[in-house]
Amino acid sequence: MTSSSRTPPGPARAGLARAGLARAGLAPAGPAPAGHASVSEQADRGVGASTLRPDGTLKVTGEFAFSSDLWMSDMLWGATLRASHPRARIRSVDVSAALRIPGVAAILTHEDVPGRGRFGMEVLDQPVLAATEVRYQGEAVAVVAADHPETARRAVAAIEVGYDVLTPVTDAEAALRPDSVRVHPDGNLVRHVRIRRGDPGASADVVVSGSYQVGMQDQAFLGPESGLAVPAEDGGIDLYVATQWLHVDQAQIAASLGLPEDKVRLTLAGVGGAFGAREDLSMQIHACLLALRTGRPVKMVYSREESFFGHVHRHPATLYYEHGAASDGTLVYVTARIYLDGGAYASSSRAVAANAATLGVGPYQVPNVTMDAYAVYTNNPPCGAMRGFGTVQACFAYESQMDELARRLGLDPVELRIRNALREGSTMPTGQLVDSAAPVAELLRRVRDAPMPPDQGARSGPDAREPDLREPDLRELPGGVSNTTHGEGVVRGVGYGIGIKNVGFSEGFDDYSTARVRLEAVAGQPVVTVHTAAAEVGQGLVTVQAQIARTELGVERVVIRPADTSVGSAGSSSASRQTYVTGGAVRAACVAVRQALLRRVAGRYGVQQEELALSGGKVESTSAGVIVDLAAVLGDDVIEETVTWRHRPTQPIDPDTGQGSAHVQYAFAAHRAVVDVDTELGLVKVVEITTAQDVGKAMNPLALVGQIHGGTAQGLGLALMEEIQVSGGMVRNPSFTDYLIPTILDVPPMNVDVLELADPHAPYGLRGVGEPPTISSTPAIVAAVRAATGKALRRVPIRPDDIAGL
Amino acid sequence: MRVTCTVNGAPTVADDVWEGESLLFVLRERLGLPGSKNACEQGECGSCTVYLDDRLVCACLVAAGQAEGRDIRTVEGLATADALDTVQQAYIDAGAVQCGFCTPGLIVATDDLLRRVPEPADAEIREALAGNLCRCTGYEKILDAVRLAAGRRSAAAASGEPKGSAR
Repeated sequence: MTSSSRTPPGPARAGLARAGLARAGLAPAGPAPAGHASVSEQADRGVGASTLRPDGTLKVTGEFAFSSDLWMSDMLWGATLRASHPRARIRSVDVSAALRIPGVAAILTHEDVPGRGRFGMEVLDQPVLAATEVRYQGEAVAVVAADHPETARRAVAAIEVGYDVLTPVTDAEAALRPDSVRVHPDGNLVRHVRIRRGDPGASADVVVSGSYQVGMQDQAFLGPESGLAVPAEDGGIDLYVATQWLHVDQAQIAASLGLPEDKVRLTLAGVGGAFGAREDLSMQIHACLLALRTGRPVKMVYSREESFFGHVHRHPATLYYEHGAASDGTLVYVTARIYLDGGAYASSSRAVAANAATLGVGPYQVPNVTMDAYAVYTNNPPCGAMRGFGTVQACFAYESQMDELARRLGLDPVELRIRNALREGSTMPTGQLVDSAAPVAELLRRVRDAPMPPDQGARSGPDAREPDLREPDLRELPGGVSNTTHGEGVVRGVGYGIGIKNVGFSEGFDDYSTARVRLEAVAGQPVVTVHTAAAEVGQGLVTVQAQIARTELGVERVVIRPADTSVGSAGSSSASRQTYVTGGAVRAACVAVRQALLRRVAGRYGVQQEELALSGGKVESTSAGVIVDLAAVLGDDVIEETVTWRHRPTQPIDPDTGQGSAHVQYAFAAHRAVVDVDTELGLVKVVEITTAQDVGKAMNPLALVGQIHGGTAQGLGLALMEEIQVSGGMVRNPSFTDYLIPTILDVPPMNVDVLELADPHAPYGLRGVGEPPTISSTPAIVAAVRAATGKALRRVPIRPDDIAGL
Repeated sequence: MRVTCTVNGAPTVADDVWEGESLLFVLRERLGLPGSKNACEQGECGSCTVYLDDRLVCACLVAAGQAEGRDIRTVEGLATADALDTVQQAYIDAGAVQCGFCTPGLIVATDDLLRRVPEPADAEIREALAGNLCRCTGYEKILDAVRLAAGRRSAAAASGEPKGSAR
């Protein structure tokens, strides 16, 4: 019998957070090695194999310890008081009534922040707790620790804040006018990125211009912001948290706590999805402040509603584009202005604006470019990183423009794109040479030439010969089992899109990762341990790290240690960079270990080191075959190497012209979408999506295709349903009831065609995978709906009214 | 208040439960069973799907007191000591697990589907799992996993084997 008889919180769970985390991360990446693992068996689980996730078993049994699952016997629950106005002066904060509630252990305001009062990824502009002014609805004002989450919520409700409500700044373009109210003292411009290339006065035979809008998309990861802060005996703090970048959190937390960084130790807890929303801090500093004040562990878990206020979103954007082309379709110029609403705080807006501008003409050769991208402060919700990071907004606009240009020229839209396609050797609008594969035309041809799905309603079956008598399957029609149509008013459309994304951090950023690799014999078998601070967020990085170690060291058994700050920074799990950069670091550390080992073998056995290799747990020579078992060479010794690895450097761009080799690698994906549209009701059923993507090297084909599926589905969401609706600075739909993400009924069958054109500059030739599929599925779906309806559709997400014209 | 129920076959008592707590909170925070997840806590995402007397429910929408005397089965109750359930193994093998936060709820919902419909068509799978949100996979490999599990369960049933699969 299981029993529990404690006052809240009192689960009967024995495991401490540490034990749970150990379960999450310490599982060996493979089964115990067989006595004589063959070379082929290793190859099956090395680089290029569809090795299964090492954390899969824990995740399917419910044992994997996500950040919201952590628990300690004496822990308190934290909660946050958030501003109810988008812009207001704080007159007073009265916590006295809240403090009298039994079970409340602490209430903290800005006066209780011992160190730096502000934080931020690129600009230190966001208060840890608001002091004199709130700049967006949901800004944190005070935090509470109590013995039960409900007690904490009631205490939050009992705090009295006196506000002088001010009129919010809510329009990003208007915010740039000189007479606008300033959200911050230095003005509302976060960054203006200029690209100037070629002749600004170039003229063309055909000119197409349009303005486009992209709504505010939410990452909508399923695992809410959460973590457990545990005060330590040395006056420091141990924080177990779901994040994308442990070390950038550590530096910011330490500064605000007024502690040296070595007193702030972070361990990655299980991460329930990220997609950019965990790059910025959420509950980290707050939980640490409460834990240090109370001397007890503090757990914070945001509700879904709070999560909508607890992280940054994708920038809503307004984009003005003009394309000029010769009568044969060759692009002559692109002129564009892009306004990105960054909301109340800068987050990563500076880098988002750079992406929108430098990649703003898409994967096309354009000799003359005038591009201006502005990231702007308003009193709307703060925006920052989301999968695609500035390229998604631009891609919707430039791909819509390409379709309109094709229509005007009477050209096939794919043919127009192929005619202007970027390729290896092309020059970007920044002047950067594209110096590895850029198969833009090939990707387009592949999605164009893929077999089409059957026509609407064309099903096999006993009545297929009498098409007029067939009853349609409602589940395959727009509106589904809502029974809104039996096929009448339904029109099919096909659309295409292609996008470009930079991989890794750009503009001269020192973008590195650190890996510690250890080789030893355990119970007579060689075992590799890989330790990095890289965040596994679901993408499968733990799987790939182990595959790399197997391939480089010829050892079957690999243990991936939990990611924490006791090893150097791995950089962020974002920008499609982690397999490239942390993968590169793991490989480099493995190579260092291998060389140390082979040096030893060469000396001991009198052979040339150059002719030695590791395979199947043995040292082999090209001339003499197997020389010795790895375990025998190692004995009781441990070989350990820690390597910091960097990709080749990038450059800042010129502030006036945008010229510079800012990006380390470009990545491309193309989509074809087939839709059925109920033109009377404005309902869309996506019938099929085909994606072609160049990945350089498929490190793990199973996981890679999963990334392409997932990214494509998020682009579908932006095309058809996902938008945080903000009115007067207030969020109107902070729930999964009102903010819709695609269900299994919304996402169609997805075909994936993977190209592997090696990038000679990258480890294993790989190319970042995570973001490209998110970028162009949106414009492909919109193009398909346009084809079905003839509507202009210059805003995403498309609303039924936009189609039905009500 | 005290809540007495059966959880994964074991008689279970939770004491000092506040009346406003959900079954999900009791499972996660009082009974040491955090496998059922807390993604929305308003019945929209299916991450907390459990069996209540053999019917699928969102544990977040069940008040703790409603569980009194009932039989509850969570994702933690599907595997045996030495073998994963066929559905669990299929999710791993098909690549249907990424971040894994939706996975426990989807696995319970899939188990329910396959108990009712041993060989579901794709449209039936989609309908049955429409209440379970996943943000990582785009659902393609979840469909693969369900098809794989259905095939393996049918094959096992045909050959008279138990439904579990060796880990």
